[in-house]
Amino acid sequence: MIELRDVHKAFGDNRVLQGVDLTIRKGSSLVIIGGSGTGKSVALKCILGLIRHDSGQITVDGQDVGTGDRDAFLARFGMLFQGAALFDSLPVWQNVAFRLLRGRLKRPRDEAREIAIEKLRRVGLKPDVADRFPAELSGGMQKRVGLARAIAAEPEIIFFDEPTTGLDPIMAGVINDLIREIVTEMGATAMTITHDMSSVRAIADNVAMLHDGVIKWTGPVAQMDASGDPYLDQFIHGRAEGPIEAVR
Amino acid sequence: MILTAPLAALGRATLALLASIGRVTLFALEALSHILRPPFYAREFAIALLNIGWLSLPVVGLTALFTGGALALQIYAGGARFNAEAVVPQIVAIGMVRELGPVLVGLMIAARVTSSIAAEIATMKVTEQIDALVTLSTHPMKYLTAPRVLAALLVVPALVGVGDVIGIFGGYLVATGSLGFNPAAYLKNTADFLEALDIISSLAKGAVFGFIAALMGCYFGMNSGRGAQGVGRATKGSVEAAAVLILAANFILTGVFFSV
Repeated sequence: MIELRDVHKAFGDNRVLQGVDLTIRKGSSLVIIGGSGTGKSVALKCILGLIRHDSGQITVDGQDVGTGDRDAFLARFGMLFQGAALFDSLPVWQNVAFRLLRGRLKRPRDEAREIAIEKLRRVGLKPDVADRFPAELSGGMQKRVGLARAIAAEPEIIFFDEPTTGLDPIMAGVINDLIREIVTEMGATAMTITHDMSSVRAIADNVAMLHDGVIKWTGPVAQMDASGDPYLDQFIHGRAEGPIEAVR
Repeated sequence: MILTAPLAALGRATLALLASIGRVTLFALEALSHILRPPFYAREFAIALLNIGWLSLPVVGLTALFTGGALALQIYAGGARFNAEAVVPQIVAIGMVRELGPVLVGLMIAARVTSSIAAEIATMKVTEQIDALVTLSTHPMKYLTAPRVLAALLVVPALVGVGDVIGIFGGYLVATGSLGFNPAAYLKNTADFLEALDIISSLAKGAVFGFIAALMGCYFGMNSGRGAQGVGRATKGSVEAAAVLILAANFILTGVFFSV
């Protein structure tokens, strides 16, 4: 279980997180929604320790994220980045098997390659993609490779940062379905950040809306449409009028 | 208020400079600590050796060749004013080995390698590849900085040695081809005049300049701003800082090795 309690984070005068409280139950899929610049990515990066939060507490299974063995902590996570963040200098299979080629999860090279090809197959890519370089792939294929990398070491917790940004609606649907299938079959705890409401409905068990640095609403995805929360209503229906100020 | 404004601006600039020196020093110490502690990334180190060393040979060789030739012409023309044309082999040798070889190789490495390292790492930062490394339990300093800095530290002295030899050869070609020097006498004068300290200082300068060049590339890359502009600024800043620090280090090292 991941818990955030009264988490604050500011960059200079810009107070991005102003007391975030959030719980992600083990094996569940939480999607955080909210406008651009509301701190969704910051919250995610604080959990991973990529950014240090100013105050409050973040724990994973009761352990504070700032304490203990960092490598062991990170080994529990997989992450799909917004732009896939594949390493340009490495062929696709070495991107996917990156964690399996070094560190505490190191495997023999042939075995790591086999696992990489298996994971590529799992996300719908053929084995011949394995020896290509990321720059030779389309945006959708890069996302799939990023997804294969995120699941290569069978992590307990997977984060997805804007998984469908920049993709056409069909490819976005394919990625959403893949995420849902993989999270379900692995039994992983998942946290996704997105603006895309079709992603929310496809991926989420629970939804949290972040606005003005705090969680404005959280609950099961089935209750999202009847929440009665004006912020959530405005966001999910994409209205210009409402409590969320829209710049025109 | 108006009178103190320039002083306040000077104070702010001084504080900013000191803070930058502090940050670079801490970065250098962290890089060194990662060079000494496992895990070691042999593949990254080998690629860095290839990029910094082998692939820099053409630009280093051509720079040294033309500089050695020009040096021979200048010394011959200048020496002719007081009948000292015969010192061309000695001055070319000492000029190339003590100063021009290491400095020009250092500056060429700053232009070619520092810029490339800074642009590559800055792009990795902008595209979240550095964050991805962290989430994959890989320390960016260990994976990106340590192999490049160690490779530069080891291979730039070798490049300086090659540059020294090619520079002397450039002087030899000009002196024997168009200034009428005897080839055998030219080589004997060169060999007789050079001392072990000249060569040691040249290689030591190469090691320091290589360290500075790679370190600045990594530092500016790791601390780049967002977007294409951030990458551009990081690249420009890294080359400027590396060039200035190489020239400053050259002055200090020359004083250490040769001050009487």
